[in-house]
Amino acid sequence: MSGIVIKDLDVWFGSGRDRVDAVRSASFEVAQGDSFGLVGESGSGKSTILRALTGLAPDWRGKMQAGGELLGKSRTRSFYKSVQMVFQDPYASLHPRHSVDQVLSETLGLHGFSGIDKRIVNLLDDVGLGSSFRFRYPHQLSGGQRQRVAIARALAPEPQTLLLDEPTSALDVSVQAEILNLLTDLRAARNLTYLMVSHDLAVVGHMCERIAVMRNGEIVEIMSVGDMRAMQPVHEYTKQLLESSRGYVRAELSA
Amino acid sequence: MTNPAASRNQMPESDKPSLRRWLLTDTPASRRQARLASLYQGWLTLKSNKLTMIGFGILVTLVLVAILAPWLAPHDPFAQDLGNRLKPLWTDGFLLGTDSLGRDILSRLIYGSRITLYIVILVALIAPVVGLFVGTVAGYVGGWADMILMRITDIFLAFPRLVLALAFVAALGAGIENAVLAIALTAWPPYARIARAETLTIRQSDYIHAVKLQGAGALRIITRHIWPLCISSLIVRVTLDMAGIILAAAGLGFLGLGAQPPSPEWGAMISEGRKFILDHWWIATMPGLAIFTVSLAFNLLGDGLRDVLDPKDSGE
Amino acid sequence: MNLLDVENLWVRFPSRTGVFDAVRGVSFSLGKERLGIVGESGSGKSMTGRAILRLIRKPGIVTADRIAIDGQDIMAMSERQMRTVRGQRISMVMQDPKFSLNPVMTVGEQIMESYALHANATKAETRRKALEMLEAVSIRDPERVFRAYPHEMSGGMGQRIMIAMMLIPDPEILIADEPTSALDVSVQTQVLSILDRLVEARGMGLIFISHDLNLVSSFCDRVLIMYAGRIVEVCRADRLSEAQHPYTRGLLNSLPRLDQPDRRLEVLKRDPVWRNADSVSGML
Repeated sequence: MSGIVIKDLDVWFGSGRDRVDAVRSASFEVAQGDSFGLVGESGSGKSTILRALTGLAPDWRGKMQAGGELLGKSRTRSFYKSVQMVFQDPYASLHPRHSVDQVLSETLGLHGFSGIDKRIVNLLDDVGLGSSFRFRYPHQLSGGQRQRVAIARALAPEPQTLLLDEPTSALDVSVQAEILNLLTDLRAARNLTYLMVSHDLAVVGHMCERIAVMRNGEIVEIMSVGDMRAMQPVHEYTKQLLESSRGYVRAELSA
Repeated sequence: MTNPAASRNQMPESDKPSLRRWLLTDTPASRRQARLASLYQGWLTLKSNKLTMIGFGILVTLVLVAILAPWLAPHDPFAQDLGNRLKPLWTDGFLLGTDSLGRDILSRLIYGSRITLYIVILVALIAPVVGLFVGTVAGYVGGWADMILMRITDIFLAFPRLVLALAFVAALGAGIENAVLAIALTAWPPYARIARAETLTIRQSDYIHAVKLQGAGALRIITRHIWPLCISSLIVRVTLDMAGIILAAAGLGFLGLGAQPPSPEWGAMISEGRKFILDHWWIATMPGLAIFTVSLAFNLLGDGLRDVLDPKDSGE
Repeated sequence: MNLLDVENLWVRFPSRTGVFDAVRGVSFSLGKERLGIVGESGSGKSMTGRAILRLIRKPGIVTADRIAIDGQDIMAMSERQMRTVRGQRISMVMQDPKFSLNPVMTVGEQIMESYALHANATKAETRRKALEMLEAVSIRDPERVFRAYPHEMSGGMGQRIMIAMMLIPDPEILIADEPTSALDVSVQTQVLSILDRLVEARGMGLIFISHDLNLVSSFCDRVLIMYAGRIVEVCRADRLSEAQHPYTRGLLNSLPRLDQPDRRLEVLKRDPVWRNADSVSGML
């Protein structure tokens, strides 16, 4: 079984006096083909879990299993072939001097694929860009198009699991809808496992079946999307988040 | 690979400036077109700056003069004619006069441009490359490698450039090659510092993280992903520093540690003319003006290049 | 009389490939209300806010038939007169407080400076006023914040300080450009309720620029929806969900909703006609 298993995970940055405990004893499981959401405010440690999984946050303790491997200190190439990540800001996640073609052909080359030309065209079709975008540079693309390129790059090694770090928070709502639809379709077509981080409860509610709410590095509650939709959280903090996600409530004026 | 037929189809048939259109497209159809288009965009930005174009023009002229020296020079730069020594400007076919050995100053300046270019090219090939290598490795690898490489850089930075160059030349022996080597050895540390600083910010960016997640190694990340971004700011710095490098070479020549007589190196020419500066001012002034013009040209070009190449601006 | 009248405002940016029109003939007015301007990036909403303060940098060009504050035309004013208008009569709060505060001055010094620019007062009085302002924006420990440097502040705190600074000269109009987008939802609510209270208590006019439809519809009184530099629709904020224009409808429908699960979201189909239709007037 692949999927993701996280058990008693602690992640920290720095050491000694400067040590910051970003994640504290987090545990959850995501079955293969499921979609799991992590929500919380900035600094709650939700993105740090993704970074620890991918090896970008080296200081951690606990048990992590993903891509069919029990994870240790460093990641193998076969791990990166089955687990990929889409970053938050498509303006920062593409090399400013590399064309779409360079980005995808390098990725495919690193994973040892042959028939790269054909694969690039297929990937661009899969993410709804088409081959006319192949030789463009990032500055010739809109935010949504860039994020599609980033998704194509993540799909290139044909992974089973995608880690999505706020994939639409830098985009306009109409573009967000397109990207979320694309992600929904890709998951259905390729039976992907999603682990999605977002501060937007509506987005996570739309994409995920189960949701973990994080605060100050701890998971305060794991609930099903049905419970969230029914506004039946157990934890006080989740209740607060759900309420403020509905917009501004003028009643607070008197307070 | 690229399909030439496809790219040709993209070209508008009816429009007259179709090449321009093809180059300005936002939808390049081939790798070649994409490259050429981005070069052309840069050229257009460069072209819009008048001062830059003046600098660029001067440097193109310098290169042409150096290449065509045998045809342009009215006299043999080494031919001594003691009967015609110390002639002032505009006399007997000596446009810029003659020096103390009766050699035509204009011809010497024209041949001297070759030496200047030689110095410029060699230094530009050595110093930034060393700096780029040291800086990016130190910045990316970090830890002990960073410590050691940067302390070495600091040692080089601790000496005034000309003094250090003097020491090198004294150790290696006088001569133009050794002067170039000495200048290059003293010029790289600032580039290493710049490259390291840039690497430290680039290293933290998402696109480097993204390529790490494809299993790319340090060597590939440094050479394919970090270098292209550092190179542009280094080119700008080198261009702006060129004036200083020419002056350093001229300084070494002036002190007799660079080009040796009878070589028409501009600095050495000033040095020779110094003895006569009160009565025959042009002998030292003409090579001085040449140095000034070329230095200025590099500075003007460097300013324009910064607008085009600086990743902070062009990243948008 | 309206606090602000804007008639036929254009913002243009000449470039190598032609002139780019960021704002194209927008007209609206502002009373003592919370006026929301919503739109996507590139719709010209921020440019509209900046143009009112004449803060568009060169080579941008601002033209308008009239921009009047209390009936006084500011298009005819010199840059010098404009400087007294900015701050004293209209203030602006930007998206990210980190870039708006001077990192090498303490918060207190900055607030005192902005007060000193607008009023002749003794140092003690300035200080008292500054502390008062910090209290007005619900900062619990004003003395400590007064001595702190901007980097010691959280995002929400920084934004409150910005608002405090903008309020010192007691402006009639506050333009807030995405004042809460960089903040977490819980802090966002606090900042909004501060703005809200100020509008109510001081009779200020607020222009609230945002991309967040939910937020604008729950916070503002009236909403202008901008698309491609024009106003495509004007409506009451609480009736935003009944908006008529296909663009507004498209935006609303493309939002994922917790209460109405849907496997696929509706994707906005852009009609070229919207771009060329006349700008709707937002005049009162």
